[in-house]
Amino acid sequence: MYKILKKQKWSDTIFSNWIEAPFVAKAAQPGQFIILITNENGERIPLTIADSNPKEGWVQIVYQVVGASTLELSLMNEGESLYAFVGPLGIPSEIENFGGKVLIIGGGIGIAPIHPVAKKLKELGNYVISIIGARTKDLIIMEDKMKEASNELLIATDDGTYGQKGFVTNIMDDILKKESEAIKDIWAIGPPIMMKMCTRVANEHNKQIWVSLNSIMVDGTGMCGACRVSVGGKTKFACVDGPEFRGSLVNFEEMILRQRQYCDQEREALMLLEEKIRRQASNG
Amino acid sequence: MAEKLKPAEKLKKNRVPMRTQKPAERVQNFLEVPLGYSLEEAIQEAQRCLQCNPPYCVAGCPADVRIPQFIEKLIAEDIKGAFLEIKQTNALPAVCGRVCPQEEQCEGACIMNKKGKPIAIGRLERYVADWAKQLDYSDAKKPSTKLNKKIAIVGSGPAGLACASDLAKLGYDVTMYEALHKAGGVLVYGIPEFRLPKAIVGYEVDQIKELGVEINLNYVIGLTKSVDELIQEYDAVFLANGAGAPSFLNIPGENLNGVYSASEFLTRSNLMKAYDYPNYATPIRVGQKAVVVGGGNVAMDAVRTAKRLGAKEAIIVYRRSRKEMPARAEEIEHAEEEGIKFELLTNPIKVLGDEYGNVVGIECVRMELGEPDESGRRRPQVVEGSNFVIDADTVIIAIGQSANPIVARSATGVETNKWGYFVADENGKTTHPKVWAGGDIVTGAATVILAVGAGKKAAKSIHETLSNKQ
Repeated sequence: MYKILKKQKWSDTIFSNWIEAPFVAKAAQPGQFIILITNENGERIPLTIADSNPKEGWVQIVYQVVGASTLELSLMNEGESLYAFVGPLGIPSEIENFGGKVLIIGGGIGIAPIHPVAKKLKELGNYVISIIGARTKDLIIMEDKMKEASNELLIATDDGTYGQKGFVTNIMDDILKKESEAIKDIWAIGPPIMMKMCTRVANEHNKQIWVSLNSIMVDGTGMCGACRVSVGGKTKFACVDGPEFRGSLVNFEEMILRQRQYCDQEREALMLLEEKIRRQASNG
Repeated sequence: MAEKLKPAEKLKKNRVPMRTQKPAERVQNFLEVPLGYSLEEAIQEAQRCLQCNPPYCVAGCPADVRIPQFIEKLIAEDIKGAFLEIKQTNALPAVCGRVCPQEEQCEGACIMNKKGKPIAIGRLERYVADWAKQLDYSDAKKPSTKLNKKIAIVGSGPAGLACASDLAKLGYDVTMYEALHKAGGVLVYGIPEFRLPKAIVGYEVDQIKELGVEINLNYVIGLTKSVDELIQEYDAVFLANGAGAPSFLNIPGENLNGVYSASEFLTRSNLMKAYDYPNYATPIRVGQKAVVVGGGNVAMDAVRTAKRLGAKEAIIVYRRSRKEMPARAEEIEHAEEEGIKFELLTNPIKVLGDEYGNVVGIECVRMELGEPDESGRRRPQVVEGSNFVIDADTVIIAIGQSANPIVARSATGVETNKWGYFVADENGKTTHPKVWAGGDIVTGAATVILAVGAGKKAAKSIHETLSNKQ
């Protein structure tokens, strides 16, 4: 169970794994996520679903190495098995045929979870305009898959190495200036600061927007409340009430502070693991 | 073989005390606090039993443990015989011997309790169960008769395990579904190692698996698969998913960093073993001063965990007085011995933070007790102008749980009440003919032994219903 069927390295820090998880693959819907544990001593890591195939029984995940646990995951090879893999968790995106255009925005590894949303929206007959962006060209992922899942695909990089120079919000603003009326709904997934900015642009044009919150979680099933966020002045659990919420209702400042809760411990754990890897390399 | 005492001699003897780790030592580790009886101590205690007929103690036990019989075998130094007597009805003796509130159950009903010295049934049960674990002795075997009927059990906590064990012994094919990566429910994520070592839970779960029970981990009913699908695939479904949604105070500052629900704090420490960080990858923050809000067993577990994780000061804040605290007397005493402070008749009104979003303190008011409320306890009232601040690096909210909606959302035709708990009769029957429910998801947060009792009742009712159909 939970075997790594395929693994790809997409950049220095971005990886994608295809995991054997037939029950999850069968039930997974756009907007949902999974939790995995690499080994018996590992922590529970929530990750979004980039793609899934119920017939073949796999779930694709995309992750960026940011700490010890993601580094450990990236060191696992094809054929090895994860200790645990559970899902799909969270409430699926509210997707239907809206009878018009929808705007999809993915930033960084947020492009991965927005992919199933775009794909489903297009399948149901919506005209999907997607904007994907990253700091630089190497960090733009899943371009082909996003092209397939969209009617129009636009690209932005902060440094201008690919697509339009600037932020996804610049393109988003241009589109809404041009055809705000035609856009029936908007989804944005990416770093919290990007989702906050996208929400600001949407608000300026009086549009609603969905954002997907990747809060710190433990069980991911509503048992612990680690992922609580303020939405419309009320405390919600991202794992069971979300992960998608209307951006205009989300208290992003609080969410960003809460995400930094274990910064010190995470740095320490990463240092310890890197040290261990160095020792092993010099011994081996 | 131990001598038999005359009744008059029995009445004269006192309870054999249990040795414990010294407080100064145990706050430095996560090892079990009570050390258990030796064989001599166990027999000495067992000899005091009057062997009443009918036995009052059994009437007080939700798991119907054959108490006089196992005690008699114990006196005869037939420990295996004693173990088999207990296992006839209780699949979790090492667990129950440790965490049951015996003072309210078997020992509360014991006739010797009239003299204030009931037989220490829990400690004896623990002794017998630990004997089996030490020798790796197991009585579990797959039943010879198979009924070719399939039962699904949602949740692998005490209710689910008890139900699974009874049904498997009767010859049913039992499949359990557990959302987490370890079986045991609250026994593994909630109750700390120093009260219930996880190796003991693992041992008793393994014995249930040896009966042929299949446990699917990492499987969330309501998300990975719906209850409706289970109803299609199985002859009966038992919902025992626990209460499982933490309550918060709904006061300002509760989302600051360093504020935990007791469930999160304990799950990090117990299930994820954050107390052994960084050997285990899950972090936990405690700091110098930890404040736990609440007065139940979970609050005691959380505050004693915080102390062991290095908090110089660990404080209970509770809005009523000591007398109204719902925690077991033994837990409160252990906490006091460990230097836990109690701010009683104190209610938090605001959590205070710094510019980085970290907790720095908790503002409270003093309370006084007024007239009794619906629960019969005197209602606490605010003493005006009594506001004061307790400095804190960590605040843990242990004020109870409510119903987790995930399972119920996917169960068509299974009625819930206005709080989201499943409606079930005394046998666990819900409004759906193929579905039973029991444990905290019916009663709201209660005890391990009540959940065990509910699991057993449901097993009996499922068996009766499915047998009558034939």
